[in-house]
Amino acid sequence: MNIGTRKILDRSFTAVGIGSIIVMAVALMIVVVPIITNGIGAVFFTGTVEHRKMLFSEFKRGDSEGLSSEVASSERYRAKVYEMLTGFEAELETMAPEKKAEYKSKYAQVRAALQALLGPLPGDSAPMLTRFKYGQTRWEKAEEKLHDFLYESKWDNSNPDVMSKEYFVSRAISFQGTSLVKLFPYVKNNLEYMLLPEFTVYWGFITDSSVDSHFFGGIWPEIQGTFFLAVGAMLFAFPLGVVAAVYFTEYARPGFLNSMLRSANSTLAGVPSIVFGMFGLAFFINTMKVSESKSVIAGALTLAIMILPTIIRAAEEAILAVPKTYREASLSLGSTKWNTIATVILPAALPGILTGGVISLGRAAGETAPIIFTAAVSVGSAIGLADVFSSPTPALSWNIYNLASEHEAASQIRHVQYGMVLALVSIVLMLNLSAIVLRARISKKLKG
Amino acid sequence: MDARESSGSAPAQKATRDIYLPPERRKISGGDTTHISAKEFSIYYGEFEAVKRVSADILSKYVTAIIGPSGCGKSTFLRAINRMNDLIPSCHTTGALLFDGQDIYGKFTDEVLLRKKIGMVFQKPNPFPKSIFDNIAYGPRLHGVNDKKKLMEIVERSLKKAAIWDEVCDRLDKNALGLSGGQQQRLCVARTLAVEPEVLLLDEPTSALDPKATAKIEDLIQELRGSYTIMIVTHNMQQASRVSDSTMFFYEGVLVEHASTAQLFTNPKDTMTEDYITGRFS
Repeated sequence: MNIGTRKILDRSFTAVGIGSIIVMAVALMIVVVPIITNGIGAVFFTGTVEHRKMLFSEFKRGDSEGLSSEVASSERYRAKVYEMLTGFEAELETMAPEKKAEYKSKYAQVRAALQALLGPLPGDSAPMLTRFKYGQTRWEKAEEKLHDFLYESKWDNSNPDVMSKEYFVSRAISFQGTSLVKLFPYVKNNLEYMLLPEFTVYWGFITDSSVDSHFFGGIWPEIQGTFFLAVGAMLFAFPLGVVAAVYFTEYARPGFLNSMLRSANSTLAGVPSIVFGMFGLAFFINTMKVSESKSVIAGALTLAIMILPTIIRAAEEAILAVPKTYREASLSLGSTKWNTIATVILPAALPGILTGGVISLGRAAGETAPIIFTAAVSVGSAIGLADVFSSPTPALSWNIYNLASEHEAASQIRHVQYGMVLALVSIVLMLNLSAIVLRARISKKLKG
Repeated sequence: MDARESSGSAPAQKATRDIYLPPERRKISGGDTTHISAKEFSIYYGEFEAVKRVSADILSKYVTAIIGPSGCGKSTFLRAINRMNDLIPSCHTTGALLFDGQDIYGKFTDEVLLRKKIGMVFQKPNPFPKSIFDNIAYGPRLHGVNDKKKLMEIVERSLKKAAIWDEVCDRLDKNALGLSGGQQQRLCVARTLAVEPEVLLLDEPTSALDPKATAKIEDLIQELRGSYTIMIVTHNMQQASRVSDSTMFFYEGVLVEHASTAQLFTNPKDTMTEDYITGRFS
């Protein structure tokens, strides 16, 4: 091969390498940037007076004097709305029957839209669900609801060949000629005074329990559940994995059984995680009866089985990477095999073993499938340490899926979903970072 | 059996004495007993016979060098003495290798105790990734010394014996991997001495070192001569002639000649030995 071809080959290989790295980086940005920007919105956002009311009555947080003066000032602006509503209701009674029927249904829609915006109106019965006790707590949501209030959404399905198209009709036009027509510009212009938006930092999103299935409040039960599951899995899998790795590398004689065990281990690493979930349900709960039903302990055990092959492999690699001369030196000083392993080989292999461990911990924290059948519930409060043997727990990974797909009002709580994703990503990222730092520190200590 | 052995061993003992104590050499007190003795000793790697029916006696407290071309089995033989070859699963032996009259490969030999008595220094310096102090104290701690003061004494004594105390006394808590290659190797000698062995096996201890560090190790061997039975495998024939009392020449697994160093290098009996030491092959 002549020098020109060689150079072209080298350059094109470099170009392809750089290209693929760029593609990866862009893909990562596309995923991570919205997660970060939206997820941060769960903690930092423009909150309304409704948010502060909610905090005060659900979590007993905030100062009551300031709040009551705020409520008073917002009520001053709302009073006029209520006035217009009662005025229109009176007007409705005087209308001709067919007109009355027409306006009554339209008026009901207006009232509902207003309830969603401002919370219960005077004359409403006390709502059953907490989510209906308050108006919009977040300003950007309030703006969406304002749109719903101002415009009626209609569907254009005149053309059967294409999908129906949504279009909006101003409600003000349909109330032309009644006293209610003034309500729409009033609400539009004075919404700010009725809801008093202000920049809010809500750390409670991380430390609070959720209220009314994640409509309000935070994700602490999920974070705690994830922590319990991941650490629990580690407590089982790490010691077991290291012992197994020591057996494989130091004690096992090469032979049929050993190679079978090793390939079983490798196969186990490639088993889909949902299979582990089924296994956990069938074995730990139904057969071993570690708990009546779903529980943290069953989930942790299932996750432990799932990450065990990874830990064994990482520990094996780390032990094999310890220079043979350390072993020889130790043995030549009259050390027993076990002593050599405990005092020379394991300490030298520690960075690798720990790295494998922490990466597995991150994986355990992020896995969904194994805990669906064994540990996770969608809504629940934070459990105590004593409950891990009997009670299931909400967990970040499962609740991200659940809130995004199975929640009855998934579109209302996007900020919670993104907040959870960000929390999970941060936890996993922090674990991986700590693995890197840990590794660097121990390696430095070993290298002198 | 008894009669044959005694009748055979008396001339052998005398021959060994000739090997180690030619007229011009100074006798070491207590240095005329057979410490290690090989009888028809063979080492196999699977089917391959790496060391072939070697018979030799090694006197205590003297320095014995083993020379020979690469792959001649000299390292294998040395490593057999403290059973380091046990690490290689396919390795097995026939014949007898005696240490103080006890068969090293006997059924009831405790290889851990044996290695405590027969220390070894390897080709590449291999200190543990621990502090200098912990490196030296590793062996004594293994054997039950935990008293801090006593450990300090042992560490100081061992480092002084290995002629490295002056260089490291102010940084005992520093990682041993921070030392230079030569220092590391002397540290390894000190680490071996700390468990108070009777025999010191040196497997090409200077092959990874520069000439200056090599000279220091050679001086060290001279210092230790008379206190320990030393066996050194070396590629460097000048080194063998400088440091040893007697020299064994191996070729293709066979012990070709075992003679006093002076004789082997000036007046070899075997033509192969002569060819090797004169550099006709290597």
